[in-house]
Amino acid sequence: MDTGKLEFLRGSLDVLILKALVWGPLHGYAITSFIRQQSDDALLVEEGTLYPALWRLEAKGLLDSEWGLSENNRKAKFYRLTVEGRRQLREGVKTWQAYAAAVAKVLAATQLPEPEEIR
Amino acid sequence: MTTPPFWRRYARFFGPDPAADVKEELGFHLESKAEELVAQGWSPEAARKEAERQFGDLRALQRVGQRIGAKTERQKQLADYWTDVRHDVRYTFRTLVRDPGFAVVSILILALAIGANVAVFSVVNTLLLRPLPFPDSQELVWIAPPPTSCGWSCATFSSDGYEEFRDTSRVYQGVTGYEAFTTPENFRLTGHGEPVPATGIEVIGNFFQVLGVQPAMGRLFTAEEARAGSVVPHSTSGPAVLLTNAYWRRQFHSDRSIVGQAIELNDTPVTVVGVLPDSFDFGAVFSPGAKVDFFAPLSLDTERMWGNIVTLVGRLKPGVTVAQALDDANRVAPDIYFNVKYPQSKGQYKDGMVPVLLKDYVTGKLRHSLIALWFAVGTILLIAGVNLSNLLLARAAARAKEFALRGALGASRWRIVRQLLMESLLLSGTGAFFGLGLAAALVTWLAHQGSLALPLLSTLRIDRQALGWTVLIAVAIAMIFGLLPGLRIACGNLQEVLKDSGAGAGLGRKHERIRATLVVSEIALACVLLVSAGLLLHSFTKVLEVDLGFQPEHAASINVEYDASAPTEDASVAKRTAIFQQVLARVGAIPGVQAVGISDYLPLGPNRSWDTPLPKGKVYKPGELPEPLVYVVTPGFIRAMGIGLRGRDFTWADDRKSERVIIINASMAQRFWPGEDPVDKILMRGDEQDRVVGVVDDVHEQSVENNLGAQVYYPATQQGPSRAQLVVRSSLPPAELGTSILRALRELNPNQPAAEFRPIRTIVDHAVSPRRFFMLLVAAFAGLGLVLAALGIYGVISYSVTRQTPEIGIRMALGATTGRVQRQVLGSTLRLTLFGMAIGTLMALVTSRIISSLLFAVSPWDLTSYLGMLMALLLVAIASGYAPARRASAINPMEALRNN
Repeated sequence: MDTGKLEFLRGSLDVLILKALVWGPLHGYAITSFIRQQSDDALLVEEGTLYPALWRLEAKGLLDSEWGLSENNRKAKFYRLTVEGRRQLREGVKTWQAYAAAVAKVLAATQLPEPEEIR
Repeated sequence: MTTPPFWRRYARFFGPDPAADVKEELGFHLESKAEELVAQGWSPEAARKEAERQFGDLRALQRVGQRIGAKTERQKQLADYWTDVRHDVRYTFRTLVRDPGFAVVSILILALAIGANVAVFSVVNTLLLRPLPFPDSQELVWIAPPPTSCGWSCATFSSDGYEEFRDTSRVYQGVTGYEAFTTPENFRLTGHGEPVPATGIEVIGNFFQVLGVQPAMGRLFTAEEARAGSVVPHSTSGPAVLLTNAYWRRQFHSDRSIVGQAIELNDTPVTVVGVLPDSFDFGAVFSPGAKVDFFAPLSLDTERMWGNIVTLVGRLKPGVTVAQALDDANRVAPDIYFNVKYPQSKGQYKDGMVPVLLKDYVTGKLRHSLIALWFAVGTILLIAGVNLSNLLLARAAARAKEFALRGALGASRWRIVRQLLMESLLLSGTGAFFGLGLAAALVTWLAHQGSLALPLLSTLRIDRQALGWTVLIAVAIAMIFGLLPGLRIACGNLQEVLKDSGAGAGLGRKHERIRATLVVSEIALACVLLVSAGLLLHSFTKVLEVDLGFQPEHAASINVEYDASAPTEDASVAKRTAIFQQVLARVGAIPGVQAVGISDYLPLGPNRSWDTPLPKGKVYKPGELPEPLVYVVTPGFIRAMGIGLRGRDFTWADDRKSERVIIINASMAQRFWPGEDPVDKILMRGDEQDRVVGVVDDVHEQSVENNLGAQVYYPATQQGPSRAQLVVRSSLPPAELGTSILRALRELNPNQPAAEFRPIRTIVDHAVSPRRFFMLLVAAFAGLGLVLAALGIYGVISYSVTRQTPEIGIRMALGATTGRVQRQVLGSTLRLTLFGMAIGTLMALVTSRIISSLLFAVSPWDLTSYLGMLMALLLVAIASGYAPARRASAINPMEALRNN
């Protein structure tokens, strides 16, 4: 389990949190579970990182929070996307996909391309 | 997520608590994790430990959470607050627009009151609060003896006196002065076509340095120029002048190259060494209403034989108090000579050199008037505020149901009060905006009233302090007078209002009581204003009724230019006599001219005295007899001025070869020969004998209001006049007369400048202008107060009629006549008014005492003023109660009953 753990790249956690909330309000624990399961246990969100990120997003107005009851009937704080948060998510996804594609393309290279000047 | 149970609503009953929130949130996380581990087969104890271990530093995380949480909470509250405020403002706008009559009336009232307040504040600030427009002006002092009856000659000093004072005093950085006996248009600007009159003042060389005035262009006078003196006929020609900024712009079209160039004054070339800054206005400080065109250096040597001619202005060393300066002056004054050549003139200035702050000298006399004005205008503000309160209350009463409903729907009382405050703030803000415009217009108008003899008026403007004052009073009035209706609403029982059907309801009655109290206080305040205005008005009419000693109507004067230079004094006198005779003959021959004459000084203007003559054969101690003011006049002057004369006027036969004759005024006759006929008595001036040939009425010389002193008239055929002011009595309009007289003077002397032909009435008007100014302002405020009070009465009575409509309807159905209903409504109007007037009269008795120093020949308990003003108030009150009374009597009983 520990061996498969990946470090979060800067800025990626925010997008993942926003993504987790697309289908409706979730509490913090459900968000970690979602990310872990969705990444096949590759991405583990530490609590020390997750909560500050949630609070920051809330302060920025991307998230809204509300107290509610969890599935096992306990008081829990639920986060939901605001309109601004949804917009931010769309942009974040676009940016990350473009970034990932670019990185993947570079890493997939098999040889140095021919220098352009010579052609 | 499922809906939380109802009690969750109260989980944060005592306000937000970010710390607990964080704790709970993290606690839930821990538990969830532990549960998951248990599900995987861990023992509960081990699962909890493992969950905590994975969590890491729980405490640090909590701290981070609290910090972010508190910040978010603050942001949320602020956002909520601003959203509420925005809602309130929008809502206020909508409600005000829905009731434009109310909004317009309130804004108008506030604009008038705030405008008047800001304008008066600007005047008070300029004249009393702001320092004089000189650097470190608190160091500047005016040095003069206490006021006496012998005019400017007793408030000025000789060259020797000035020099000794300057050299022996230890407390001054510098002492300076200016020639006090300057009259307007004492010079001619020549060399460019027709001569143009110009006003120049001679100042001691260091005048501008002591005041701290820097030239806008060029330089100030040098020591040599100061010694050389100026271009006044009796001085050696000194070629330097400094132009005032206004004159430079007007006469020389702001030509920068004028500095260093020569211009011609009285046919003598002089050099313009500099131009003074626009901020320096000599007239504004030293001689209200006077316009000065240029300054020339005063030669102390030339003036040495002329006696008292300069005023003294000093700049104290830093830290020296006026009291210390007085001690120093009392130390040096006894040793100062009037003229060092005459040993007996030592000590003449003893007790006569009293330094006072220049600021006090300039505006001290006005302090009382200004403070009274400030109070008057403050009273207006109070009345306007009470009126606003009254209007808001009336509206609040009409909207009580709306507020009750909002309260029932969950709006807090504070929210409703805030809503009302927002309304009054919006009203007073808009009122202040228009009021500021009004004040700016008033202030600009005032600043250009050159004929008003008030100092510093030309420096009047709306500055930052006036803006601050506007904001302050606008907010204060909104808070104080807007809060009252707000509190009424907030304290009222909302349930009761909702149940209340209107007629005879408790809240309505309570409202009416408060509004009646407000109206009574309005009437009382208006009463105080009216009585004060009445007293001032009565004083002013008394001032106008004062027998000036001369007839200002149908007379006008013009400055006559002449050149009587001759080798010997006898020849000069003969030449002057011939010129005067010619002038008077020519002007006297103009059709419509009834009388003409020439004097060197005119009443209510500058003046001078020579010395103290003594009745022949009597012995007096020095200082026992007054020093008479001196006028050198031609035959005919006394008749032209319309001064009453007993005995005979001077004739052209009273010349240098015949006996020396004088005419004295009644006061002087009374002092010098009490109980005797002064005609043919001899007055001794040193060794010279003057025979009294006539006695004239006392002429008000310094102001219309002061007590009269001794005056003596000398014939211009025997003594030397300092200038010639031609006085013409005619029923023709001055404008028409002016051209023909100027033409006649030009024919005799081509150098005669186009001097102003001034009706004598304007001289009198100028002298009484400050009193007229204050009287008019207070009267205007009183009128405004009256209107506001009338509005208040109308509002309250009208409201109570509306409220009692069903009741009146029943009474009329039961047989009450229209007259009876009207009488009843008028009766309640009268009750309010009389109550207010009783309180107001009591207050007025106190305030009249305070303004008694501003009154002239009118007692502070002057019955005429009181009765007149109270009658006016009563009439206005009845008139404003009449409209609602008419409405009440026109109520249709059937309709009134049906609507209930």
